[in-house]
Amino acid sequence: MIGRPKRVIWVLAALVLASFACVLLCPFVGMDPIPFDVVFGFRELPANAHAIFWQVRVPRVCTSFLVGAGLATCGMAFQAMFRNPLATPFTLGVAGGASLGAALYVWLGLSFSLLSISGVSVFAFVGALGSISLVYGLTRLRHGFSTATLLLAGIAVNLFSSSLIMLIQYLSDMAGAFAILHWLMGGVSTMGYDRLLGLAPLVATGILILFAMTHELNLMSVGEELAISRGVDVRRVKHILFLATSICVGGVVAVCGPIGFVGMMVPHMCRLLVGSNHRYLLPTTCLFGGVFLTLCDTLARVLIAPAEIPVGIITSVLGGPFFIWMLVRAPASMARLGRNT
Amino acid sequence: MTAVAPALDVRDLTYRVDGTTILHGVSLRVAVGGYVSIVGPNGAGKSTFLKCLNRILLAASGEIQVNGRRLAEYSQPQLAREIGYVPQGGTDDIPFTVFEFAMLGRYPHLSPFTATTQADEDAVQKALTMAGAADLAERPCCTLSGGERQRVLIAAALAQDARILLLDEPTTFLDPRHQQDILRLLARLHRETDMTILSVTHDINAAALASDEVLALRDGRAVFHGPPADLMQQKVLQNLFDQSFLFVLHPETGQRLVVPEDAR
Repeated sequence: MIGRPKRVIWVLAALVLASFACVLLCPFVGMDPIPFDVVFGFRELPANAHAIFWQVRVPRVCTSFLVGAGLATCGMAFQAMFRNPLATPFTLGVAGGASLGAALYVWLGLSFSLLSISGVSVFAFVGALGSISLVYGLTRLRHGFSTATLLLAGIAVNLFSSSLIMLIQYLSDMAGAFAILHWLMGGVSTMGYDRLLGLAPLVATGILILFAMTHELNLMSVGEELAISRGVDVRRVKHILFLATSICVGGVVAVCGPIGFVGMMVPHMCRLLVGSNHRYLLPTTCLFGGVFLTLCDTLARVLIAPAEIPVGIITSVLGGPFFIWMLVRAPASMARLGRNT
Repeated sequence: MTAVAPALDVRDLTYRVDGTTILHGVSLRVAVGGYVSIVGPNGAGKSTFLKCLNRILLAASGEIQVNGRRLAEYSQPQLAREIGYVPQGGTDDIPFTVFEFAMLGRYPHLSPFTATTQADEDAVQKALTMAGAADLAERPCCTLSGGERQRVLIAAALAQDARILLLDEPTTFLDPRHQQDILRLLARLHRETDMTILSVTHDINAAALASDEVLALRDGRAVFHGPPADLMQQKVLQNLFDQSFLFVLHPETGQRLVVPEDAR
């Protein structure tokens, strides 16, 4: 009874199909189309097509699906937690903090792994968690905070992170500065499966924790007071959500750089499809996010072939107008910006 | 024979925020099945007092016991199984249907990682019926009128299956008919289910007619606690509101009611 199960089932079924279609078909699309028989080794020529398919395109498509799913799900969690459609890993400075952590790791020339998690992911995770804690802490300094304060705190942390990243770029040599710049544009290009295998457990952990908290997300989305009165330990839930989203966003940023707007656009579109019950919204957002970023990345590979556009540029080009559309179209949501939460 | 513990026992409750003391050592004892109205001027700390009882706000000092157990001994879900809460304010920004919203009240009864069951749906249906909101079940919350909204908020709290119900100004902004609807609903709940009710209100007459006891707060201090008949005295009300009142008798029950002086 809760939600709209019939419609939800259709939407989810369509998204499962779309997900399979994307992951199976997108690797065939690129600068040089690859015929099916080459992929499976039935034909020898061209010689490198087999390697391009299995070692470049398949891991890249899988990475983009995973990244899209992770960013969209984290965006959905932030929007529920802060009751604001503009609250995303990007706008709240989490991605900025993760980027700073990752840039710092690169600049320091470190190379280590912790429990088989790459050092850059650990640094990005710490940066992400530090940022969200800082943003949340800033909003709690005084009793009662408005979501406007929250977003402003996010902007402040983002600007601060950006400034430090610029400083790191300035202090780096030419090659290092270019590498950081390219990485900051956000991209999912990868070679082989190492990065994918490093990223998968982090994104999966984040998403699974959020999956276990759909009741709490529903209650948080109607307001903290009501959530507490219905039995939610809001403080504990927030800490878990911060941790889960930081693991996920930290992992993504470490591998792909900051990819903006996915966490804002996808959950909003999914709400229009299946409503706001997180029991259905979460799987929908997860799959939609995966499909969305996979398609964006495929577009990034073919638009100006043989060159490539970083996928972060594509999502930002789509996200900017979407952001403005939300400002214009959703006055009720925007009214919350000035209200105390 | 062991005495039944009061539903709520509040002693010397003090609440501070940003260095300002909002409540100064307020005490209140409510028997099981009691109906207490909390009245007082704006800014007296009425809503704050209510919110301290279910830990929406954390008291700085004092002790609160719920059904004989200290508040600190309850986990938040345990507390939500004892105390239902009807907040002040609208449902305009609640992104759910009425049924979905009421279902959120079942949270304290759910085990982690489990979905809602048929028993939860039945409990929600019962709560909606009890509050006269069954016909609104499929309506989006953002489309409700004032009277419907209050019934839905009460139904959502009833879905918690708690024995104590806290209400924060449930009749404010309602027209007289809808005010009476809500007051009748609360009276029926009190009578039929023996629910303990604590209701914050600005309506002194409604408080006098509906409740067993009244707690009056002013500047965060309890200035009166007793039966409604004792509240309806010029001296008490003047002291509470800095306003003179005229007294009239209810034509049917003979109870004292008040009209602010110079109300013309």
